[in-house]
Amino acid sequence: MLALLLFLPLCSGVAMLLFKNATVYRGLLLLTALAHLALSAWTAQAVQAGQAPQAFGGLLAPDPLGALFLVLASLLNVAASFYAIGYLRDEENKQERIDIQNGQPFTNAPERRFTACLCLFLSAMTLVTTTPHLGALWVGIEITTLSSAPLIYFHRHQASLEATWKYLMICSVGIALALLGNILLSVAFYGIGTDLPESFDQMKVFLAKASLLSQDSPHAPWLKAAFVFILVGYGTKMGLAPLHNWLPDAHSQAPSLISAMLSGALLNCAFLGILRGHQILLAAHLGDFSSTLLVFFGLFSMITAAVFIVGQGHYKRLLAYSSVEHMGILALGVGIGGIAVFGALLHAVCHSLTKSMLFLLAGNILTRYHTFSSYDVRGMRWTMPTTAALWTAGFLGIVGSPPFSLFVSEFTILKGIFENSSPAVAAIYLLALAVIFVGMSIPVLRMVQGTRPRDMPQTLPESPFSVLPPLGLGLLALCLGIYVPAWLSAFLARGAMLIGG
Amino acid sequence: MSALFQFLLILLMLNNLALAGVSRLRTLIRQVSVQGVLLALLLMLPGAQQFNFEHLLLAIAVLLIKGIGFPILLRRTLGKISGDPQVEPWLSCGLSVLACMAGLAFSLWFEGRLPIQPGLFPSLLLPAALMTLFCGLILVVGRRKALSQVIGYLIAENGIFLLGIPLMSEETVWFELTILLDVFVAVFVMGIAINHISKTFESIDVGRFCSLRD
Amino acid sequence: MNASSPLLYAIQFVLALALAPLLSGIINRIKARVAGRHGKPVLQLYFDIAKLLSKREVLSRTTSWPFRLGPSLSLAATLCALALLPLGGVASPLQCPGDFVLAAYLLGLGRFVMILAALDTGSPFEGMGASREAAFSALAEPVLFLCFLAVIGTASNMGLNLDLSLSTMFGGVPAQGWLHGRAELLLIPAVLFILLLVENCRIPVDDPTTHLELTMIHEAMILDHSGPNLAFILYGSALKLWLFAALLAGMLVPAGVLWCQIAGYFAVVFAVAVLVGIVESVMARLKLSRVSQFLGMAGTLAAFALILTQVR
Repeated sequence: MLALLLFLPLCSGVAMLLFKNATVYRGLLLLTALAHLALSAWTAQAVQAGQAPQAFGGLLAPDPLGALFLVLASLLNVAASFYAIGYLRDEENKQERIDIQNGQPFTNAPERRFTACLCLFLSAMTLVTTTPHLGALWVGIEITTLSSAPLIYFHRHQASLEATWKYLMICSVGIALALLGNILLSVAFYGIGTDLPESFDQMKVFLAKASLLSQDSPHAPWLKAAFVFILVGYGTKMGLAPLHNWLPDAHSQAPSLISAMLSGALLNCAFLGILRGHQILLAAHLGDFSSTLLVFFGLFSMITAAVFIVGQGHYKRLLAYSSVEHMGILALGVGIGGIAVFGALLHAVCHSLTKSMLFLLAGNILTRYHTFSSYDVRGMRWTMPTTAALWTAGFLGIVGSPPFSLFVSEFTILKGIFENSSPAVAAIYLLALAVIFVGMSIPVLRMVQGTRPRDMPQTLPESPFSVLPPLGLGLLALCLGIYVPAWLSAFLARGAMLIGG
Repeated sequence: MSALFQFLLILLMLNNLALAGVSRLRTLIRQVSVQGVLLALLLMLPGAQQFNFEHLLLAIAVLLIKGIGFPILLRRTLGKISGDPQVEPWLSCGLSVLACMAGLAFSLWFEGRLPIQPGLFPSLLLPAALMTLFCGLILVVGRRKALSQVIGYLIAENGIFLLGIPLMSEETVWFELTILLDVFVAVFVMGIAINHISKTFESIDVGRFCSLRD
Repeated sequence: MNASSPLLYAIQFVLALALAPLLSGIINRIKARVAGRHGKPVLQLYFDIAKLLSKREVLSRTTSWPFRLGPSLSLAATLCALALLPLGGVASPLQCPGDFVLAAYLLGLGRFVMILAALDTGSPFEGMGASREAAFSALAEPVLFLCFLAVIGTASNMGLNLDLSLSTMFGGVPAQGWLHGRAELLLIPAVLFILLLVENCRIPVDDPTTHLELTMIHEAMILDHSGPNLAFILYGSALKLWLFAALLAGMLVPAGVLWCQIAGYFAVVFAVAVLVGIVESVMARLKLSRVSQFLGMAGTLAAFALILTQVR
């Protein structure tokens, strides 16, 4: 079953390149997404039940942490695929395509290639989330970069090309540094516990070896160096400040459903890489070192995001910076430890749901208004009432106001900070959240409110393909805010236990 | 044998200095292929580990991909784009060489500070690998042409690969092969991107990338 | 006979004095062969010197004593510098701690008096040549010292009882290092070869056979000299070429059986001449602005060798 999970999107991606009929590959995209969701739900259930599913001699063997991110990615992929059907249909029917920034005409990349890359992207993320082997994890993350670059360059104009190039170069170089971190890990463990059998379950071997080390062993500096490189490498991909430069560009230029996937699923996958490193350092009694670094990068990301969100006129960049902020919160939560780790995992789930919803809605707004500037979007509640309502709800969700689920997770993290850390951290955390609340509310409300624009006299009906996916994601986020089911919290708690929660 | 290994490492370091210092893209590509061949040779010399079939396979793959494949790919990309084939540095070539030397000095200092398990790294391997990494990063951030950034990425990856050589066992060889393939695809994708850049911007100067900013 | 026998050294020194002009003949013959010509006789420089010595000197009315003294002083300085060098692994009887500084500045003194002589003529061409010579030799000097430092570093790492004289540094013992895997030592001969090209005004730095005064460096300086003084200058530059070739040999030929070492030394010296001939045939003269880059490259290589010798 696990092998199928990996190969299903891969094969259907290759198959899409062979078909010429648009209906076939759009249908195939949706079917693949649904089947993948079913399979990953089954996998998560098996992991929950303690069955330890395996494939390829242990190359794929998800643990609770991986299974969580797997289901999340799969769920978002369903929403994005559903959205993609309507999106691609509209793109096909468009008469002329004009670059918003410099007014030049452009073309789209072939649609087949787009859907195929989407499937490969999913397959790569499956590999990342299910493997316990750090080398395979690295390969998977590199493939996510390569397969998502063509997705960002779907609209072939100068700005998206620039964003694609930055994304490719910065992430590739960053991930190369993570590979260096992997090698340093092997160096650190060279000559320890040589009686342990080599297997694909590298995490288990490394954890066993790490537990043999004492805090001041000569291997410790190597482990620390390895973690620094892993943090910097995967942190680049995850968008931790100050390594986030590619993120606003790529998120703003990619088609909105791709932005949703990047922000909701891909950033989590990169985070998983950092968590693996953190796991090993915790086992080697060096948890203080890695936690301090995570807290520092977390707070720095939050502050950076707050600075850039205030006065940001470009609403997709606004959302992208909000992703930087939330990645900072994740790192902070894991770094704090204790109950905050549980909060961080819950936060990852809720952020993915809410942020993807917002990006999909941003796509709707962009289609209707043809502008990126939040100053030029006015009176959304007249022109596109459903999207406007969801946009407001999503905004309330993302800034962490009750009853949405991000409130619960952010509050849990705050509780963890008070328990385990200094009040100064809590002060910075709350200050950044407050600034971001204000900074985001101004443009969002400005877009929703206001009079109906003169050139849009009538209210067009909104297609279900464009409204239903964000609605579904929003409802999920809302439900989690009101009630976290027992099985989910048990699952999250098991994941948190792996990383010191 | 160890003397030959050392000799190759020193050649590799000189190759890095040359990479940082050259100003023509064609020469840069030639130097990269030299580096690939050097890596393959280093892999073929049995250093700490005994020689086996997987090693030979990997060495041949490195020779084919890094020594021949990449240069062909890069030269094809270069052939398709018009314009003068200079690298146009932000950081002048002389300064890049100096920075590379500083990188070497830093890595030697770094090697002195880390406790090294006896018998793992042959002498000079760690500094050579880190210097290669530095040289790659210098090329990525210090050059305006997109193609030289790709070359910088390749060189950085070479450095990391070099560091992994003493750790290779029979199992890891397959992963090294996967990584090699991965990097090949990466360079391929970047090559396509460069083609698009040269068509859309009529140059591969990344200094023209200025439309996205806050 | 042991490695510090004064008699053996004297024989070698006389041989060096006698054979030095031959190098220039070899270089010219190689260049001619590569170009497909027959070329001048190999002994041409001997004939030239003999001819010039038998002629009377013509002096310009604007010149004074520095012009007349320059060439002989320069030749004397070069001779002294050569006498400090170990020849074929035989230590110089004049060796003393720190004599590498003395040798470097004896060469510098020779150049200085030549520059004075050139300036004394008051001719714009000679002044221009002198300024270029001064600039390039100022750049070459630190590189030479970096080389010396690298050799000292190697020698001290090898646990030699070092008295910092040229005779120990280039006597063949540090050169054993590169046989034992210290490949960075091979960079030093490479840098010394570049210095040889610069100091002796060969292509690609300067073209000794050029016709246009504007592009000359060394040749422009000696336009006004004639008779025995010109012969001194020609002989002095031949000796300088030998001196650098001997330095190279000292770094390349490891100590061993004395006769083999001496044979190796002569082989290297003549091989250097052949190599210079080949380089001159295949390369063009660099732009003047590129010469400093060329020297910078040599300096980088020397610094690289120095760093590597220090850490191992």
